[in-house]
Amino acid sequence: MKYLERGYAELDELPPFPSEERLKKKPVAYIECPQPIPCSPCYEACPANAIKMENINDPPVVNYEKCTGCMNCIRVCPGLAIFMLRLREDGKGEVTLQYELLPWLKKGDKVELLNRKGEVVGIGIVNWVLPPERNDQTSLVRVEIDAKLIYEVRAVRKVKE
Amino acid sequence: MVKVVDGRLVEHPILKFNRGKEVTIYFNGKPIKAYEGETVAAALYASGVRIFSRSFRWHRPRGFFCAIGKCSACMMEVDGIPNVRTCKVYVRDGMQIKTQSGFPNAEKDFFGVMDKLIDRIFPHGSQYTKFNNKIFREMLISRLRNFAGFGNAPKVEFSGNADYEEIECDVLVIGGGPAGMSAAINAGKYGAKVLLIDENPNLGGQLVKQTHRFFGSAKHRAGTRGIKIAKILEEELRKIPNVDIRLETKAFGIYGKIVGAVEKSKLLRIIPKKIVVATGAYERTLIFENNDLPGVYGAGGVQTLMNVYGIKPGNRGLIVGSGNVGLILSYQLLQAGVEVAAIVEAMPRIGGYFVHAAKVRRLGVPIYVRHTIIRALGKDHVRGAVIAQLDDKWRPIPGSEKKIDCDFICVAVGLSPTHELLYQAGCKMKFVPELGGLVPLRTKFNETSVEGIYVAGDVAGIEEATSAIMNGRIAGIHAVIALGLGGEMAKKELKESLRDLEEFRAGPFGERIICGIEKCILAKEVEI
Repeated sequence: MKYLERGYAELDELPPFPSEERLKKKPVAYIECPQPIPCSPCYEACPANAIKMENINDPPVVNYEKCTGCMNCIRVCPGLAIFMLRLREDGKGEVTLQYELLPWLKKGDKVELLNRKGEVVGIGIVNWVLPPERNDQTSLVRVEIDAKLIYEVRAVRKVKE
Repeated sequence: MVKVVDGRLVEHPILKFNRGKEVTIYFNGKPIKAYEGETVAAALYASGVRIFSRSFRWHRPRGFFCAIGKCSACMMEVDGIPNVRTCKVYVRDGMQIKTQSGFPNAEKDFFGVMDKLIDRIFPHGSQYTKFNNKIFREMLISRLRNFAGFGNAPKVEFSGNADYEEIECDVLVIGGGPAGMSAAINAGKYGAKVLLIDENPNLGGQLVKQTHRFFGSAKHRAGTRGIKIAKILEEELRKIPNVDIRLETKAFGIYGKIVGAVEKSKLLRIIPKKIVVATGAYERTLIFENNDLPGVYGAGGVQTLMNVYGIKPGNRGLIVGSGNVGLILSYQLLQAGVEVAAIVEAMPRIGGYFVHAAKVRRLGVPIYVRHTIIRALGKDHVRGAVIAQLDDKWRPIPGSEKKIDCDFICVAVGLSPTHELLYQAGCKMKFVPELGGLVPLRTKFNETSVEGIYVAGDVAGIEEATSAIMNGRIAGIHAVIALGLGGEMAKKELKESLRDLEEFRAGPFGERIICGIEKCILAKEVEI
């Protein structure tokens, strides 16, 4: 439970990442929710039965082969703990995350990429947005980034112009 | 960045602020712009007023703290009536507000010099210890009390109506938060005549400032924001015709079979068959140097200011306590465009949910565990704070002090149940640290040692809103069964609701609560 001393989790405290092969096929849900808490909306939202949870207090476990990348879980997660990861053919990577801050982001916006500790690790471009009004004020934002950064980038901030 | 005009947020990622008509109120004679629907304290805060009163003895400045009428820091004279909690009074055009301690007023108080002068000669509290001569000591204490003052006696005559209204009902629910609304819905739907009273002008209790999505299962509205849950419950409640809702109504005592309450300025004599007390909780504070300085706020107070009235609490805040309240508040501050300097936590690990911590940490907010606040800095308002690391024995480690730049400090160190009514009604109480303080003994159906008085929500033990809703349901249904209503269906639902709650509390966060409840479970177990 070292993550509770830091406020962020190290890789060895998180579930294993999907294989590179799987990441290349289509987006996949990656859940950073290691602590047992009474919460199950992701499990209930999954139409593919890809999230395993025996009891409401269990941390969710994703079956990456069953996950279709439909994004139902990321739309409802109250903990902002779900990220859709993808490796593209052209060598770029993509991370989709929940975003509830102003200013709202639009397609084409340049953003600073933040890791789990809040450090800036690069610059990315927003290439798709689910606007806040279509998801009860939680916008979904997909950023185009360096392939190796998809394991690290967990928040974005608009670059000040 | 979030746009701010006149101290008020004009945009917000989650909330929309619909402000009423612009009015002018007068603070110590000075005109101040306000909007209908704002409380006096909120409007004053937005206009930059930070000192609301002076402390009784040393005339130290005191400001905004809890915003829900539980502390006394904002008491002022409003239209000639002294000792009015300005955080509970709504602005009206032309309202005259005066601070009641200090000379010439609380903001510029000549007696404020007492704090600096006397503190050197007689440190705080020394009037009790410094003088061996009893007569001299008592004279000094009585002089000091006289000097403190408690406002001026009213100059206007009471012009309200002194008649009272008598109301008979099956179930009286005191408190319109999640627990109270849930109790009223579940008692009402089985046909009981329900009266729900709440001291606020709106239902929802503290849900009205919870902008985050709730945890739990979809069945318990997880994934839905607290503000929306309040609306859903209210709609459900208002659909039941046999539920009477009285707002701005305060219960002041339970006298056997009669409950006394005041609705606005009308006295109510309520004769209920069953009572559900769901009065919630109030915020605790923490001991540190200068903890009474304006700018040291309760976490809930800041949430009220920011999420209910849309007023920016400051530019950069320090959060003390990393329970869910502290973590959620930090995120809400970031959403309102306010910087969060740090979160400090005395325990060796974060107290709230990890996911709440992770979402502020990844936005760059440092979290210091095993740290505490040593003192607040500033003369008449917070200008910074000093924090330090703690050793294994909870003592600050010399040399580890760090200065934090901030203009307000939020104390999020937990809540205490608002148990006064239960105490007064004669319920057996017990101090249970796991539940946040003094709580009533209760059966598993939430009935206290006084037959017919039930409890639900934070007043029965500090937990959170989802379990408050579940507990309200249990109390409401058991009350109607005890009245002979509901039949088999109610009995079945009662069993189901007990099972739901058990499941919800099965994880590590529920363990502590279950451990606490075991200590105050009443032996009289009434089977249904």
